[in-house]
Amino acid sequence: MAKIKVVHYINQFFAQIGGEEKADYPAELRVGEIIGPGTAFESAFGDEAEIVATIVCGDSYFNENIDKAKADILEMVKSQKPDLFIAGPAFNAGRYGVACGTITDAVLNELGIPALTGMYEENPGVDMFASKLYIVSTKNSAAGMRAAVKKMAPLALKLARHEKIGASVVEGYIPTGVRVNFFEKERGAKRAVDMLLKKLSDKPFVTEYPMPDFDRVAPNPAVKDMAHAKIALVTSGGIVPKGNPDHIESSSASHYGEYCLDGVEALSSETYETAHGGYDPVYANDDPNRVLPVDVLRQLEKEGVIGKLHDKYYSTVGNGTAVASAKAFAAEYAQKLLEDHVDAVILTST
Amino acid sequence: MVKEIERAGIPVVHVCTVTPISMTVGANRIVPAIAIPHPLGNPNLDHEEEFKLRRKLVEKALKALETEVDGQTVFEG
Repeated sequence: MAKIKVVHYINQFFAQIGGEEKADYPAELRVGEIIGPGTAFESAFGDEAEIVATIVCGDSYFNENIDKAKADILEMVKSQKPDLFIAGPAFNAGRYGVACGTITDAVLNELGIPALTGMYEENPGVDMFASKLYIVSTKNSAAGMRAAVKKMAPLALKLARHEKIGASVVEGYIPTGVRVNFFEKERGAKRAVDMLLKKLSDKPFVTEYPMPDFDRVAPNPAVKDMAHAKIALVTSGGIVPKGNPDHIESSSASHYGEYCLDGVEALSSETYETAHGGYDPVYANDDPNRVLPVDVLRQLEKEGVIGKLHDKYYSTVGNGTAVASAKAFAAEYAQKLLEDHVDAVILTST
Repeated sequence: MVKEIERAGIPVVHVCTVTPISMTVGANRIVPAIAIPHPLGNPNLDHEEEFKLRRKLVEKALKALETEVDGQTVFEG
């Protein structure tokens, strides 16, 4: 039997083109090349499949030009007539996850070619695409590459051969929400009582029907009187006083910073910088107002468009930071904002 | 973070470039920004032009805060 032909999609980082400074790298087709994680897939495939081409695209380029990037990449995939498409894995890289999800979805649903990607459960790409795709669950960093390939390669081959795909717990993908009927050995009443007994004795148990988690917060009423409103700035873009006095981590931040804006008319490259390690810092370091627009808000304050710019701002790094951490940071500083009678918040993200 | 600020009862606008992420995160007022590494700026413009661009975006964010919404809303254009 002929080998399964695979096209592999990776970002600029895994293609060893560069880090954030190369994140605007446009989509590029490399026929006959096996790059980075592709070599791990190639060896996992053995004689079953081969990577015939690798498509490389910068994460910022993809996310900022999503329609064009998608269309260009679809053409590249089509030109190779593959039997299978693999993107990533993206681990916990947010923009990479969105790119992998978007392109895998397009290849699967627009070209009808079996396709698979992989990412960490908190990657925003999971929320966006888990119901439409097979996304293999990976660790949160590239240290989990070997484990990820070990799960992705066999599932990918199954998809390419149009074999029956088992349950998510068996195959290792993130649940798609599709339910399949089957017969359990034990009847329902017994399973329920077993679960209850475990729960009563504080032992771990697995529910058979997880409740959906619709954590949505209704919007608050609009600001009625902007000319007298106190506006606060918050950012996940990592803008901190020069030298990063609180040592906010460049990725997976463990805390946030509270900084005084009293007497600060505008941010400057001499006094502020970004601690964020997930985007090219050149522009933010050159002019931090590009992320935290203090200069404009001061002008609007003087003109009476807003009542006052709150004299403290809150900053953290949203790069690979756990959702639970971000939630805890914001729950805490939101109380401070309330105590300080802040009327509204502008939150900027990179 | 947007959601926790909203939950505390403070209206909040999320200014960001990748608006689909903001949608999944659950922001209610969303204003699309310029680019990932410089959401409220454009290094290709001269300083004055760039300031004007930033002011326009901030004004749009304030407008969003002054607008009643009944669900997730992206303030385009």
